[in-house]
Amino acid sequence: MQRLGDFKLPAFFNYPPYFTLQPVRETREKQVQLWKELILDYCRTQKIFVIGLEEEFPLFSNLVIERSLSNEAREAFLSALVSEGRAEWLDKGHRKCLILWHRIQDWADLILSFVKENGLEDSVMTVEEIRSGIESRGTELQGMDRTVLMRALKVLENKGKLAIFKGTSADDEGVKFSI
Amino acid sequence: MGDIFTAASVTSSGRPVLVENEVECNLLSNVDLEPEDGTANSFVTLKSGVLILTTHRLLWLSSAKAVGIPLSSITHIFSSKRSIKSVFHSPRFRFQVSAAVITVVVRGKGDWEVFLTKLWECWRARAWEETTTSVVVSRESTSSGSGVGSGSGGFYGSDGSVRMVGVAGILRKEQQLWESTDKSLQDAFQDLNALMNKAKEMVLLAEKMRQKLLSTSNSTNQDEMGSKEEMQDWLLSVGIASPVTKESAGALYHQQLSSQLADFVRIPLERAGGMISLIDIYCLFNRARGTELISPEDLFQACSLWEKFDVPVMLRKFDSGVMVIQNKAHSDEEVFARLRTLVAKPEALRTGISASDAAMTLGIAPAMAKEHLLTAESKGFLCRDISPDGFRFYVNLFPEISPNDLYLVKDHGIYGAWIRAASVSG
Repeated sequence: MQRLGDFKLPAFFNYPPYFTLQPVRETREKQVQLWKELILDYCRTQKIFVIGLEEEFPLFSNLVIERSLSNEAREAFLSALVSEGRAEWLDKGHRKCLILWHRIQDWADLILSFVKENGLEDSVMTVEEIRSGIESRGTELQGMDRTVLMRALKVLENKGKLAIFKGTSADDEGVKFSI
Repeated sequence: MGDIFTAASVTSSGRPVLVENEVECNLLSNVDLEPEDGTANSFVTLKSGVLILTTHRLLWLSSAKAVGIPLSSITHIFSSKRSIKSVFHSPRFRFQVSAAVITVVVRGKGDWEVFLTKLWECWRARAWEETTTSVVVSRESTSSGSGVGSGSGGFYGSDGSVRMVGVAGILRKEQQLWESTDKSLQDAFQDLNALMNKAKEMVLLAEKMRQKLLSTSNSTNQDEMGSKEEMQDWLLSVGIASPVTKESAGALYHQQLSSQLADFVRIPLERAGGMISLIDIYCLFNRARGTELISPEDLFQACSLWEKFDVPVMLRKFDSGVMVIQNKAHSDEEVFARLRTLVAKPEALRTGISASDAAMTLGIAPAMAKEHLLTAESKGFLCRDISPDGFRFYVNLFPEISPNDLYLVKDHGIYGAWIRAASVSG
């Protein structure tokens, strides 16, 4: 079985047509679906939040069969993720893509259960602490993308579960939980 | 009525079947044949058919009926009278066959005056008499060619010349033939008109050579047989004795051409496995026509007209724009079945197939094979792989892969077979 680092690749990764954007609608739908699943799987295990189209992305080339995705194909697969709400373009030119293997709402739920598990219901934390503090070590929150985290916190703020307040600099925004 | 008309046979697409050396000269549409009042041998008026003039006959064809009048039985062609009445009438002319006088009423738009002139020409040319003599001549030459070793007579022919005996005889015969062929060719190419006049002769020559090859093939060794058979094929493809031309068919040109083409493509289509590209047919058809070449546009027009008639062939346009002629009975299913077997072979599973691989398996041109592959792809049997190595097709595995479990491989099925084949190389 072929691997990318510690990621186990499925067998069809060596199937050359997998790397050519299929023109026939039904075939393409299935191909796109398989790519979406693989991208989400890979990003989840490797904790990758942003895919740049112009940068090297290990999944988009297969050295064994000497195939790689064209830019058109890359954009097509990522656009499919975007239309499902599993990704977002970070710029108008569609050059950078934010991958949401958990939707923002799911991230918000994860934060809530994290807070409850650690007994932080009425505490104050900085945003940076949530991403890299001792409490979050070993959870999915560890090392999560700041943009995604802020968006999840905003969702919770709108529900009245917490309040975000500004610190002296942009780096140390604080969160006051009130669950 | 039986006295005047003879039955005329037609092909499946409604073209008249011509006798040897018979050539079509002109054609009028929407013609009635009426009996002259008061003459003996009266017949029922034949309404609205196509009147075809050949060097040998007048043919009247309608969808229900086909009759012919040998020109040899025409005893008189009346010069047409011009009167005030004729201004209001459809144009008409008359001719006499034995005791009956037949009036031809032209209701269509064709140029009946030209037709009448041609009728005069053909009637006077008495082509049917020439045929009889030339057939006799050709029979004589064949019999003397094939008479090698048959023991009919001694070394000398009845005219005192040395008979052809043994291998030397064959060689000499061959040389004589070449000399006469050479002469024919030189005569033929003097100018275009001469070539046209020679066309009939050339067809005859081709037929003669074929006959000769057939008769001598017994005495030659096996190696030469193949090339002789090929030669025969070439010779057979030389002639459409009476091509439909703009001159002869006028307004009905495309329609008649269409019918003739439908008859013509039958054999090449069979050989090509039920489908042939328009370009190939264009070349074959024009070679068969000899001098009366048609333009690609005419060919296309003729093919397009097939839709309107009941012919066993059709024009098909692939999504890519490539146009082909195919039998109506030809089914893609059979082709797909063969393609599917081809792509399921271990080698093809691993590396895919190119258009030329498919062309070799199917025995067709690569361009056509590509069309078949693309059609199979559009039906979901195949999918493509475009790489620096080229454009290849693989069996479509996508439907077998489960999106819920990317690592799931069923033991049976083509996905499993593909993994086994791919792992052999890896």
